Amino acid sequence: MARINGEEINAENALISEYLENTGYSPERVAVMVNGEILPKTEYAKTRISDNDEIEVVGFVGGG
Amino acid sequence: MEITEEEFSRAVNSRSKFPIYEKMKKAVIGVAGLGGLGSNIACALARSGAGTIIAADFDTVELSNINRQMYTLKHLGMKKTLAIKEIISEINPFCNVITYDMFIDEKNCTEIFGGCQIVCEAFDNAQSKAVLVNTLLSSNKKVKVISGSGMAGFGRANDITTRTISDRFFICGDMKTDVADGEGLTASRVMICAGHQASKAVEIILKNHDKY
Repeated sequence: MARINGEEINAENALISEYLENTGYSPERVAVMVNGEILPKTEYAKTRISDNDEIEVVGFVGGG
Repeated sequence: MEITEEEFSRAVNSRSKFPIYEKMKKAVIGVAGLGGLGSNIACALARSGAGTIIAADFDTVELSNINRQMYTLKHLGMKKTLAIKEIISEINPFCNVITYDMFIDEKNCTEIFGGCQIVCEAFDNAQSKAVLVNTLLSSNKKVKVISGSGMAGFGRANDITTRTISDRFFICGDMKTDVADGEGLTASRVMICAGHQASKAVEIILKNHDKY
């Protein structure tokens, strides 16, 4: 199990890009932290979610 | 009225057992975007004695900004970079405001903000927010980023919080209310979010200053 935004989620082996698409996040409007480090956007389609990964997907909304 | 820096620093430090001004004076803080968030963040930091503020925006002051931004009617039509410089000089003339009148993107943001200890992300556009956060955190610079996301509308003030995502990344807001939802933006709610961002910056500077 990986922990994504504080919840145990069974998403092992999914690519980050697949996870974002399946959960409705726009890749242009997120920052993804994997085990405390930012994941560059160029890695979304290359990085697979592993067991015990701590992932935080921060979705940005407009206004300022 | 002429005020000396000594008088100003004493006033900032009044009622504090701790030398706030001296620590804030050494800080270099970036403010990316000078709208509702950025103009309020920059002024709050200047009032606490920020030594250097790197302020960037490409826009000019419009009437539709007055509902939430620090500018007044006399600034209409003025570049936001120049207007904020003028306002800060009237609050804290000892604060060095370095301005960049340009659109900030992934190509220029590391060069502009790479020398900052902290950058407050204060853009209006969600995609621009993501670009700045991703680029600065992916760079090898040690800059910390305090972002604002979710302060539109007129919902509960207490829904706006500061979350620590990592030791370099903090996000303030309710994370949800999007200006695209059509409930507008109000000064009170935008200022709460700006206050959270400025407050996190001050906290980092005053608590961890010796690490820089």
